[in-house]
Amino acid sequence: MSKERIVVIGNGMVGHKFLESFASQESRDNFELTTYCEEPRVAYDRVQLSAYFSGKTAEDLSLVTPGFYEDNNINILLNSKAESIDREAKKVTSSDGTELEYDKLILATGSFPFVPPIPGKDRPQCLVYRTIEDLEAIESAAAKSKVGVVVGGGLLGLEAAKALKDLGLETHVVEFAPRLMAVQVDEGGGALLRTMIEELGVNVHTQKNTQNIADGEDYALKMEFADGSTLETDMIVFSAGIRPRDELAREAGLEMGERGGIVINNYCQTSDPDIYAIGECALWNSRIFGLVAPGYQMADVAVDTIAGKLESEFAGADMSTKLKLMGVDVASIGDAHGNTPGAQKYSYIDEHNQVYKKIVVSEDGKHLLGAVLVGDAAEYGTLLQMMLNQIECPEHPDSLILPQRDGAAPAGLGVDALPESAQICSCNNVSKGDLCGAIAEGVTDLGDLKACTKAGTSCGGCAALVGQVLNSELEKQGIEVKKDLCEHFPYSRQELFHLIQTEEIKTFDELLEKYGTGHGCDICKPTAGSIFASVWNEHIIEKPLAGLQDTNDYYMANMQKDGTYSVVPRVPGGEITPEGLIAIGEVAKKYNLYTKITGGQRIDLFGAQVHELPHIWGELIEAGFESGHAYGKALRTVKSCVGSTWCRYGVQDSVGAAIDIEQRYRGIRSPHKMKMAVSGCTRECAEAQCKDIGIIATEKGWNLYVCGNGGMKPRHADLFASDLDYETLIKYIDRFMMFYIKTADRLQRTSVWMDNMEGGLDYLKDVIINDSLGICAELEKQMEYLVGTYQCEWKTTVEDPEKLKRFKHFVNSDDTDSNVVFVNEREQIRPATTDEKRRLNVVAV
Amino acid sequence: MNATVNAPVEADWVAVCEDSDLIPNVGICAKVNNKQIAIFLLKNPDGSESLHAIDNHDPKSNANVLSRGIVGDLKGHKVVASPIYKNHFNLETGECLEEGYSIPVYAVREQDGKIEIAA
Repeated sequence: MSKERIVVIGNGMVGHKFLESFASQESRDNFELTTYCEEPRVAYDRVQLSAYFSGKTAEDLSLVTPGFYEDNNINILLNSKAESIDREAKKVTSSDGTELEYDKLILATGSFPFVPPIPGKDRPQCLVYRTIEDLEAIESAAAKSKVGVVVGGGLLGLEAAKALKDLGLETHVVEFAPRLMAVQVDEGGGALLRTMIEELGVNVHTQKNTQNIADGEDYALKMEFADGSTLETDMIVFSAGIRPRDELAREAGLEMGERGGIVINNYCQTSDPDIYAIGECALWNSRIFGLVAPGYQMADVAVDTIAGKLESEFAGADMSTKLKLMGVDVASIGDAHGNTPGAQKYSYIDEHNQVYKKIVVSEDGKHLLGAVLVGDAAEYGTLLQMMLNQIECPEHPDSLILPQRDGAAPAGLGVDALPESAQICSCNNVSKGDLCGAIAEGVTDLGDLKACTKAGTSCGGCAALVGQVLNSELEKQGIEVKKDLCEHFPYSRQELFHLIQTEEIKTFDELLEKYGTGHGCDICKPTAGSIFASVWNEHIIEKPLAGLQDTNDYYMANMQKDGTYSVVPRVPGGEITPEGLIAIGEVAKKYNLYTKITGGQRIDLFGAQVHELPHIWGELIEAGFESGHAYGKALRTVKSCVGSTWCRYGVQDSVGAAIDIEQRYRGIRSPHKMKMAVSGCTRECAEAQCKDIGIIATEKGWNLYVCGNGGMKPRHADLFASDLDYETLIKYIDRFMMFYIKTADRLQRTSVWMDNMEGGLDYLKDVIINDSLGICAELEKQMEYLVGTYQCEWKTTVEDPEKLKRFKHFVNSDDTDSNVVFVNEREQIRPATTDEKRRLNVVAV
Repeated sequence: MNATVNAPVEADWVAVCEDSDLIPNVGICAKVNNKQIAIFLLKNPDGSESLHAIDNHDPKSNANVLSRGIVGDLKGHKVVASPIYKNHFNLETGECLEEGYSIPVYAVREQDGKIEIAA
């Protein structure tokens, strides 16, 4: 049987979603899939487009797992635009003249930005905001501009304004309506949103009707408004709504809406049953859905219909949204304006904390119809679920938005009140039932649950709710969420940290006696040792602590496969003098050590035996070096690029900052190793975005990135705060590190810590920047203590004969381990293999 | 296969160090009859102390490193964890808890302030 040919026109978010869903359904093999993609790159996340200006690359934004099209046998035609459809012959002709026959055709052509017909709109400084190419055009125009205007104060317009702000322009938003985001928020919310956005340095002009764009006097352009006022600017970005891209369908004679849009039925079929339309180009029930979630639903319906599952229908979509605009939380649910007859409204305004909340309830007060949240959208998930699932409101509906004080339990609903069908993650269409299913199959960890269901992985708005479902389900199943460190301690690392700190416990014996059982083991001992170091910062090989340390910490060097150690002196920021290099070289030569440059910009010396370590360190200390703590779960290095001192592109002294930061945090013990880097400009030569803490210089200060990782599971760091002055930067790092040290699990890198954090990045920002837990002063104090009590562990050791006694292989002989044998390779030593030892007549024991 | 320790005769005992050289729960290595022997003084939860001696060679990594492992107990057995791959050895029998091999166990005692081994 020949395969049915499916052709998809458009490789945007919805087109890609269609292919993804299609590739994973059972009858996949009966079909042949081809997709047109007029852009030079495969589908990317347009929702996160503005992140492109905060440092994300086109690759970061890609929605396509590398190899997805190849692995799934999908033919993708990049840079290829469909020009016409011949419905008779069932074929598509593309811009280069090639023809493609189809059995089923999917139109996922999306929309284009609407540019109002204003004279002057086609001037070269007038741009739109839709694709990565548009962003590149904005970026290059901005480089020549001082002032930028965005026309349109809706959701995308404010995103575009953020982009201009990030590019360093004096930014204006010009809106026709009397308020920002007129569709989603009401007057009260709009007013607060305006205040908050103006505080961020964006000028807002409402009720402005642009009539002409002329040459400017001081800047390139002059916008002339209907009220006679004018505004001069260097560039204009139009973001005044979208229009469906329906020209292909129109020319092919498909039924169209009066004001555009390809008419579809509940199966997403157009007036030609073999042609489907999905996403923003489709018109269902006279409505265009300009959000990604309904587009995804349409894609799934089209897949089901083609696969013969006719029970699947598109039934409209909820247009509720929650987003963060320039750092301001904004959410709109259902009937936000209270247009339902008889609807009653409750609102709450807190000018001090800049919060506006409004709910709309039914006439009888029983059901929630809509809501507007500005400044704090924490209730979004709860309110949305209440509305979607017709859950009865509490007796006093206003308790849903009034702040909870005096430790009262928050109103609203527990996740248990939600039906199985409740959609928890609308971006990826994950229901509560889907989550419960995964949990029933044994998922017990938030990170795993997100990974296997995809819930909370797109906009992240539902992450807290996903966490609540997880906890509630585990509790119901009687699964105790065991966070026990090991068989000796029925406590998590975080709990032990708290106990050790508040009860001033300083030895493992005391900890074991009070809170544990047995002897302890190689899990709890190093964990306790690390916590003692993080809290009290005593020398790690003081007698009561020595037995807790892993051999690396005990010998303050890194054990290698043959039982020898490697030695890494600290080279702060990677800056080293010729004398320093020579000194390291002399030591390596004298003790016949293998030398290698590390990824962290320092030098690793391999093949040292225990008895040699104090001598090696004696000489290194003499030459001015300190321990590099390469052996500890501690700060390793702060990598840097050369920065503004030498580099023609650098905008700040990245080396100076790296040295300062490395010296501040050196030696501090943490749940796992920590790596940092400082780049002197946005070119990012220090690769700071794959570090636990990454710092990238900007013209105005420093951008702070957190929770990145390279290695086995790479994770791009999240932008935490922008344009910080140096003092604030250090303050945030102090707090961040200390919060991580206190709350992470044993051997949990910051990346995994973040992935498992309920509330994610927003929560972390709240804790560190807004001090939402009221602990920042304490965190800073603890960090000050650690910084103030730093000692070079090796310097203290070489000065202490009692400690030096341990650096011997045998307690009763000066012999060395005869099993340590080196051979030469590329003019340096390496451990001999077993065969080589045999040939050299070395007995292995 | 349990490693068994035959009762040593008095002439077999060799003093390797002072008992003050041993830090509780931190191993040391002694060379006796050309064998490398890891010695541990365990402090037990009831306050008592016990001496243990096993071979210093870790068959998994083929390195002489067991004296540098962390001691403790797992499921009721006193153990040391190899510092290289963290495989555990029963300090009383020499058995590896995770894999099917054993290492020799030696007799150890404290006599007149000295630690003595019979190997």
